[in-house]
Amino acid sequence: MNIGLLETGSGSWNAIIWIVMVVVIGIVVLWVRSQGEEKYKKDTNQTKPFLSGNPEVSKEDSHVSASHIYWGFTEALKKYYKPLVTLHTGDLNDYSGWIVLVMAIILIIVGVS
Amino acid sequence: MNLLTHIPVLVIVIPLLAAFASPIIGKLNKKNLGLFVSVILGITLILTLILATNVLTKGPAIYVFGGEDISLTHPSGLFAPIRIIFQIDAMSIFMGLIASLVFFLASVYSLSYMKSHEGLEKYYTLLLLLATGMSGMVYTGDTFNFFVFLEIASIASVALISFKGTDCGEPAEAGLKYIVVSAIAGSMVLFSVAIFYGQYNVLNMATIAEVMQFTQLDKIALILLVTVLAMKAGSVPMHMWTPDSYSEAPAAITMVLVAVSQASLYALFRFTFTLYNIKMNTVAVGWIIIILGVLSMFIGVTMAIIQKDIKRLMAYHAVSQTGYMLLGVGVGLAVLANPIALETFGIKAMEGGIFHIMNHAMYKGLLFLTAGALFFRTGTRDLNKMGGLGNNMIYTAVFFIIGAAAIAGIPPFNGFASKLIIYESVYQFNPLLAIIAMLVSILTLASFVKVFHSAFLGPKMEQFKDVKEVPKSMLFAMATLAFIIIIFGLFPDLVVKNIVHPAVMALINQSSYTEVILGGM
Repeated sequence: MNIGLLETGSGSWNAIIWIVMVVVIGIVVLWVRSQGEEKYKKDTNQTKPFLSGNPEVSKEDSHVSASHIYWGFTEALKKYYKPLVTLHTGDLNDYSGWIVLVMAIILIIVGVS
Repeated sequence: MNLLTHIPVLVIVIPLLAAFASPIIGKLNKKNLGLFVSVILGITLILTLILATNVLTKGPAIYVFGGEDISLTHPSGLFAPIRIIFQIDAMSIFMGLIASLVFFLASVYSLSYMKSHEGLEKYYTLLLLLATGMSGMVYTGDTFNFFVFLEIASIASVALISFKGTDCGEPAEAGLKYIVVSAIAGSMVLFSVAIFYGQYNVLNMATIAEVMQFTQLDKIALILLVTVLAMKAGSVPMHMWTPDSYSEAPAAITMVLVAVSQASLYALFRFTFTLYNIKMNTVAVGWIIIILGVLSMFIGVTMAIIQKDIKRLMAYHAVSQTGYMLLGVGVGLAVLANPIALETFGIKAMEGGIFHIMNHAMYKGLLFLTAGALFFRTGTRDLNKMGGLGNNMIYTAVFFIIGAAAIAGIPPFNGFASKLIIYESVYQFNPLLAIIAMLVSILTLASFVKVFHSAFLGPKMEQFKDVKEVPKSMLFAMATLAFIIIIFGLFPDLVVKNIVHPAVMALINQSSYTEVILGGM
């Protein structure tokens, strides 16, 4: 059956088969899980996170805001981000300048090729 | 006369006439104006589907304006076709399908989203004019006519970007930036058209392709067209207008702006493949497009990660995804003069790039609509101020997950299918390019995980505890796009075989485009 079979040039891809595989693997995972510990006690201290030292903050205050996500990533790439952000000036003159610059580069490449 | 033969003009004329009728209808019955526009754009969508069926089964559709016969492209006694001709081949109708679907859904979404706004007759008039402009850009076979439709689309876009009012700082600034870059693009396109006309005395694309000598002037026209059309498509480093414009426009308009940018991408491909083809140095121009694509992919996604305005973040992703399209089609262009490489991986790379245009219009449209839904209910685009909205906006959250998974190239959604074709075919051309493309997908996923976490996850926030799901018309537009994303992801072979591959071959086979016009004497 070739429905859903996408030829990619080097191989092929079939999403239907992929979904069937995910379902089969999911069933296996659930079966493995069902063989695990059964002594889980709902609504006890077992369900609470262990926070050492500081008092637990409220759920509303524990939400990590967007600016704090990937802080380490952007901090590590500070040398990349600083000039990149600086180039995004928001100045319309710069926008026009980039067009001229790209046009000049393409002119050189197409001109000499 | 069979009405079906007039569909190529009806898909332009119906929204155009409706645009002029909208202010009158708005005065008579303001309440149902949105519904009227949705019906008009729904009819246009149905006509486009009929046209697509005809084009894909019977071959290109031709429509000659002002002639004795709509199919008489080259009357005897004339040295070349002089009338405006619409020439709708598989590539044109591919873009036409995207346009008609996106505009219809934008109008449906706007029914609720724009309900509380003033001046809706202007809004809908501009939306219809924009639909006319974009359809004209992809259907016309005339270079000057292309310029006219480009201008119609640009002017309508500017007014829609600034729709919140010129007294509002940021929308007005975004509109100003867009009009300036659009004016530069329009001027350069017009200058290029003048170069063609000055040399060859013709404006018809097929005729220019036939008589093209690739003189120094043609080289200048090529440079101008590649630069400004890449800029209008949002390519780095000329992309900076996109986050400004996309973030300030109303959500439905942002979705159509993505499609309009893709019409410029279409024009870039149309001019390079159909007008110049192997007369130019395809390796050099192909590599220019590839480099613009790689820069767009990488810089777009890395800039997106650090954004906290949800629409600016998505706008940078639009830049990044445009890079995939440029990469795929750029590889095809680079090997256009090499039949073995073209056959081995060039056609597949182009199929990936072209397929990605359609996929991107669907999932990026969906993502912008979900961002609009969040703004509609919370009144903010700032991700730092959002949180826990998945508790109250479950459908929007599900649609967001589908869109985010698709853009990140996660199976079984449509973005994965087109990206997989791009990875595998581009790897055969240059492995490093394919590796960069895969890295960008990982960063894209990381970026949308951030959005999902910031907006939808977490406990209910006090200020959003009474937030409700968005109205049904907005859900309908999002659900339709989500459905298409899933179907295209599950059965990508049907889309590639029936729509994408013919579009790619229409671009590659220059003679198939010119013969339709020049053989009509």
